[in-house]
Amino acid sequence: MKYAILCYSQEAIVSGLSKAQDAAMMETIGATSAQLHSEGKLGAAVRLMPTSASITLRHGGGEPAVLDGPFAETKEQLLGLYLVECESLDAAIDAARRLTRGRTPGALEIRPLRSFRDYGALR
Amino acid sequence: MSDLAWLETTISAARPQVVGALLRYFRDLDVAEEAFQEASLRALERWPRNGAPRDPVSWLVLVARNAAIDTARRAKRQEPLPSEEALPVSDDTESELVEQLETASFPDDVLRLLFLCCHPELSPVHQIALALRVVSGLSVREIARAFLVGEAAMEQRITRAKRTIAEHPVPFEAPGKEERAARLGQVGLVLYLLFNEGYSASGGEAHVRSALCDEAIRLARLLAAMFPEDAEAQALGALFALQHARTPARLTPSGEIALLDEQDRGLWDRELIDEGLALLEKARWLASGASPRAARRSRAESNSGQAHVDDDRPALARPQATPAGGAGGPYTLQAGIAAAHARAKSSDQTDWREIEQLYAELEHQQPSPVVTLNRAVALAKLRGAADALALIEPLEPKLERYFNYYGVKAALLRDLGRSAEARDAFSRALSLARTVQEAGHIRSQLDQLS
Repeated sequence: MKYAILCYSQEAIVSGLSKAQDAAMMETIGATSAQLHSEGKLGAAVRLMPTSASITLRHGGGEPAVLDGPFAETKEQLLGLYLVECESLDAAIDAARRLTRGRTPGALEIRPLRSFRDYGALR
Repeated sequence: MSDLAWLETTISAARPQVVGALLRYFRDLDVAEEAFQEASLRALERWPRNGAPRDPVSWLVLVARNAAIDTARRAKRQEPLPSEEALPVSDDTESELVEQLETASFPDDVLRLLFLCCHPELSPVHQIALALRVVSGLSVREIARAFLVGEAAMEQRITRAKRTIAEHPVPFEAPGKEERAARLGQVGLVLYLLFNEGYSASGGEAHVRSALCDEAIRLARLLAAMFPEDAEAQALGALFALQHARTPARLTPSGEIALLDEQDRGLWDRELIDEGLALLEKARWLASGASPRAARRSRAESNSGQAHVDDDRPALARPQATPAGGAGGPYTLQAGIAAAHARAKSSDQTDWREIEQLYAELEHQQPSPVVTLNRAVALAKLRGAADALALIEPLEPKLERYFNYYGVKAALLRDLGRSAEARDAFSRALSLARTVQEAGHIRSQLDQLS
């Protein structure tokens, strides 16, 4: 079985961590990741950039609307995600725009990755 | 991270928003600060026992508000407080009550608090000290150490600053778009000063000064998160991240200054660079006119034929500083320059053409001899020292007390083989050096000349 584990937390707190505190947190998390990796369970780990760097495409009827902030609704649920490599934010918006086709109404948020590591277990 | 460290981090991260909201309720900075203090103590007592609330900011606002109302009642003040009835807070009802709070005004609350501390009536030193005390919650002792003054003197400065802002109150209604833009501009300026205070090697203990940069970055991130549609707010965060990324390489192991082209780029903080580049990409996208609001604005401009049309988003830059659909405002340009350095794998792979163009645009938006001096450095790399020297020589009367001017002039003269004049300029720089490291750097340049 394949699973996604999605991380939710208060951004104001995470972005308020000092460099040393952040490093301490990531060390603990990294150790757990290493364990899961050695058990052959870990596919990839992603850390996202601040939500302020996000763009949102709201779609459902007609051209999607491009909004200049993060996804902020609580009525919709996170149902999936893509990881893409694009040369610019405009190119990423274009990719997302194409991905809105054929979906039920909703939103796609484009957020830069802070870190990405492929541990390979899902291949 | 230990549980206690987590609690303290959460409370200090919540501070700007909580004190900002309390200031709106009580319209008094001291009452707001005391109420926050009280709520923090209750949080330290209750959270380990009952678990942390899902929304610590609202929890703290609510508990602080009730505590302050209780205090005021007990003290039987004559004047009624401009607030609702005290709400009973038991552990069961907290989460429901939290939902009744009006959180939509939190961004303007934080901005109002920051703007109050960055009040134009205060001198820059007072602005920074007050913001560190009130918004960041640093102790007077920590601030005094960062500025190399005694604790009593710093206490006095902060008290005086508070008195000044009490005499120049900031309106408590939600600001209109122009007022919001003006506040963002002023706050951005002071955060910039705060960052530079930490970044400039003008003495003090290194780790203390670095803490000022960390604080400026934290507040810039907060501002960017609260105003995600504002290009200059994103760019300010980008600029700080990209510059602070170079901090580990700015001094050699023996404590000497390493100029940009001499720095070990392997020491640059890649994570901060990546964050800065991502924020800059967003800022440029917002500034380019691709964003829906910018598109609306440019349509409005072409319809009305006016140069500046009211916009529904705040602009950190002053209105005249943001060219329509162009390269962005001053912080976007400066972050762009920092990004060009960050992207160069080695000093000789630097895109000096891009840097020169960005400085030229900055010079156009905010004419200043210091910006021209910086553009001259890029020009020297592009077209040679003679052109650069011709550009900076007319600036001398304006920059005759400026260390960097003579450092740059001396290096250009040296590159042109005019050693005697270079020596004079280096000597002049030496006499203007602000720190031991700067003086040491110039002495070694003088030694290499002979």
